[in-house]
Amino acid sequence: MLRKGIALAAFGLAILAAPAALAAGGAAPVKHVEFSFEGPFGKFDQAQLQRGYKVYREVCAACHSMNLMSFRNLGQKGGPFFDPKYPNPNDNPYVKAIAAEYQVKDIDSETGDVIERPGTSADRFPAPFPNEPAARASNGGAMPPDLSVMAKARHHGPQYIYSLLTGYQEPPAGLKVGVGQHYNPFMAGDVTAAWSGPHDKVPPGGFIAMAPPLAAGQVTFDDGTKSTLEQQAKDVAAFITWASEPKMQERKAFGMAAMTYLLIFAGLLWVSYRKIWKNVAH
Amino acid sequence: MSGHSNYEPKTGIERWLDTRLPVVRLAYDSIIDFPTPKNLNYWWTFGGILAVCLGIQLVTGIVLAMHYVPHVDHAFASVERIMRDVNYGWLIRYMHANGASMFFIAVYIHMFRGLYYGSYKAPREVLWILGCVIYLLMMATAFMGYVLPWGQMSFHGAVVITNLFGALPIVGEAITTWLWGGFAVDNPTLNRFFSLHFLLPFMIAGVVGLHIWALHVPGNNNPTGVNVKSKEDTVPFHPYYTVKDGFAIVVFMIMFATFVFYNPNALGHADNYIPANPLVTPAHIVPEWYFLPFYAILRAVPDKLGGVMLMFGAIAVLFVLPWLDTSKVRSMRYRPTAKLYFFIFVLACLILGYCGGQLPDDHVIPGLSTFTLIDADLNSFVWLSRFATLYYFAYFVVILPLLGLTETPLPQPESISAPVLSHPANAPAGAAASPEKRG
Amino acid sequence: MRPQTKGSFKVADTVVGANPDTHAAGDDPNRRDFIHIAAAVAAGGAVASLAWPFIDQMNPSGDTLALASVEFDLTKVELGQQVVIKWRGKPLFIRKRTGAEIAAAIKDDTADLRDPQTDEERHKPGKAEWLVVIGTCTHLGCVPTFGGGDFGGWFCPCHGSHYDTSGRIRKGPAPTNLAVPDYTFLSDTKVKVG
Repeated sequence: MLRKGIALAAFGLAILAAPAALAAGGAAPVKHVEFSFEGPFGKFDQAQLQRGYKVYREVCAACHSMNLMSFRNLGQKGGPFFDPKYPNPNDNPYVKAIAAEYQVKDIDSETGDVIERPGTSADRFPAPFPNEPAARASNGGAMPPDLSVMAKARHHGPQYIYSLLTGYQEPPAGLKVGVGQHYNPFMAGDVTAAWSGPHDKVPPGGFIAMAPPLAAGQVTFDDGTKSTLEQQAKDVAAFITWASEPKMQERKAFGMAAMTYLLIFAGLLWVSYRKIWKNVAH
Repeated sequence: MSGHSNYEPKTGIERWLDTRLPVVRLAYDSIIDFPTPKNLNYWWTFGGILAVCLGIQLVTGIVLAMHYVPHVDHAFASVERIMRDVNYGWLIRYMHANGASMFFIAVYIHMFRGLYYGSYKAPREVLWILGCVIYLLMMATAFMGYVLPWGQMSFHGAVVITNLFGALPIVGEAITTWLWGGFAVDNPTLNRFFSLHFLLPFMIAGVVGLHIWALHVPGNNNPTGVNVKSKEDTVPFHPYYTVKDGFAIVVFMIMFATFVFYNPNALGHADNYIPANPLVTPAHIVPEWYFLPFYAILRAVPDKLGGVMLMFGAIAVLFVLPWLDTSKVRSMRYRPTAKLYFFIFVLACLILGYCGGQLPDDHVIPGLSTFTLIDADLNSFVWLSRFATLYYFAYFVVILPLLGLTETPLPQPESISAPVLSHPANAPAGAAASPEKRG
Repeated sequence: MRPQTKGSFKVADTVVGANPDTHAAGDDPNRRDFIHIAAAVAAGGAVASLAWPFIDQMNPSGDTLALASVEFDLTKVELGQQVVIKWRGKPLFIRKRTGAEIAAAIKDDTADLRDPQTDEERHKPGKAEWLVVIGTCTHLGCVPTFGGGDFGGWFCPCHGSHYDTSGRIRKGPAPTNLAVPDYTFLSDTKVKVG
């Protein structure tokens, strides 16, 4: 009885995992790439986060907002510019310097006029466009999505971002790519309508309005890391993953303590249970 | 059994309180002294697990409500603020989201236990019906709760489900507009869903109280399905079952913790991290996993109203189950034929769940192209759903009523304490006609 | 009869044995054995350690703490003038005191004060002209105005508290002086409060 139950439970859990496979909508399975933050003991690599922030700031931020991020987040524990000497991220000099590079709109407290002032660590990341219509107008009608939670908003987020950025390729012969569009095998979509080749060999992926944003050597890394396309893609994917879930490291650390405690607790209760029931026929 | 209370107040304060409001007596009678069959197996621990799940959802939910903003412009960002800025907000949010899934895992196991051991049969019909009411309230609560983060799935899931009411003739459209508070799912809808999502769990708690009361009148069922005959068949709930339930709860918490700490978004859908956009529909709208079987039944019927009726019918049939099953024997341990149909029923539910997550026209066996029969592609998920739905209803409306009249059950033990016969495997070599496989 | 295993525990292989025998040595289930105490303590520990996150979530969150400190440019303040800014949800007075105001404050250092403090204790060394106080009356929280009252300082119109040029309570119902927050001079012209 119990064995059947366990078998059923395993079957049931296997089914829970199954729907994930079909969610991609015709895109190729993501590339295999490993990150330092994966696994139950994963940690963010601070140097990688700094490089990733640089890629975001110099390349992506031209079109993609990160509205849920503030400059102070960069200085919090686990973040790219965290310094144990400054536990309060508002005091972190790197964070203040980065924030001060940007002009932020504000109201003059005496005249009520709209003015611009240097950013402080409490300010949010500046958005490249004031609103959606402006964003679409500058990007041929396409809306560059906000990247704040992008690693959670796509299946296998970090790998997806890496695959998408490194996955641009020449469209195969027989695929008609529209004006302002680019073919990417990792982009969700269905290219059947634009495919004139054999019906059972439709290329995977879809059309994306974003031109390949990265090229080798585009962003120079201050720590001397070689700036290949793969490296930049990997670093920005790690940065976006951190931005999507800054508390990931804390979560896993808490989890280690919780699981240990629960396992010991279960052991104690098991022994207690056996002792209590020892003399009862059941 | 609800019988004589053995509680004796020891201190002065206890005596004083006992004559004014006998809460300590109630607690003693219900949780400490309560005579419980001594042969309950681990399938009986899920009631306690469910109570803990309800408590976890209530506490985490009330705390989340201190930070969540139920407005279309702020909902998504307020949830992310909880994840990033509120102290331990990430923990509380992940506990609440995964706790809902844990709640449903436990309730399905609890219900399957009831089906297998005949816990719905007389005199426990009201207990079963109250359980069905709790299940309905849970589904309503979970549906509204999923709308609150205002992601793409939240929004479009709300659109799909509220549109179902439009299928009702004459009053359908008026009801849908009334539910929306407008011409589409929008801010008024979100606000009222938040209010109701906050309210319903307290109603669940109330019905749970009735559920436990209804249980304590006849007392627990047990794996043999045979009534308790004497005190010898029982043990006091404390410490025997407080500790056993405690152990089961901690094991359940280990599973819960694995999700919360190491894979917190596994049971959700990535699209719900995209802020809701009424103008863009996600490629695959799917409800949360615990609704997938009903989603499959809904889509199995080509007619909109038919699908809605059958989907609600799948839940309604549970309410009348005590009167559909004609068997005089409670526990399927002694009903070998029924046992077999039951396992197929479980399989049908799992299949329905799987189908609910797939596109209706996709092939079940990939590569095997059309397997048509009168213009219908039988190798499609919609057809698999139809077969599974047919079995689902047949199990309740045809199989159980007929089986009770036609099957020959195994001999049941005289009582719970008769150890020789209390389990078929314990039967001495010559006693039974054929060696039974341990179930 | 061979001992049966059901799941992972054995059915007792005595034929009788229905009642838990509470007198068998060491087998009374209600006995306070170490293991039961240990399990109960573990349960208590789990509840206690889980309680902290639920309590702490009501403490100020990250974005609230982000606005906990503010930097202010002092070049905006004229001599004999005060600026009011919002800090941690409350008004903050930053005043550039004149020589006369400073002298008056020092003179009253030894006066009969309800909340005795010298003027020196209420400003940074060498920066006597800069007075930074929280603009909330310590009585019931109204915002005092400068230039009313009998002591040349602030006056609270709600219940008539008088503060002197150092922000000390001199007359009226307020119990303590106007609070001086934590602040530091980042430079001669910039101060960080909080």
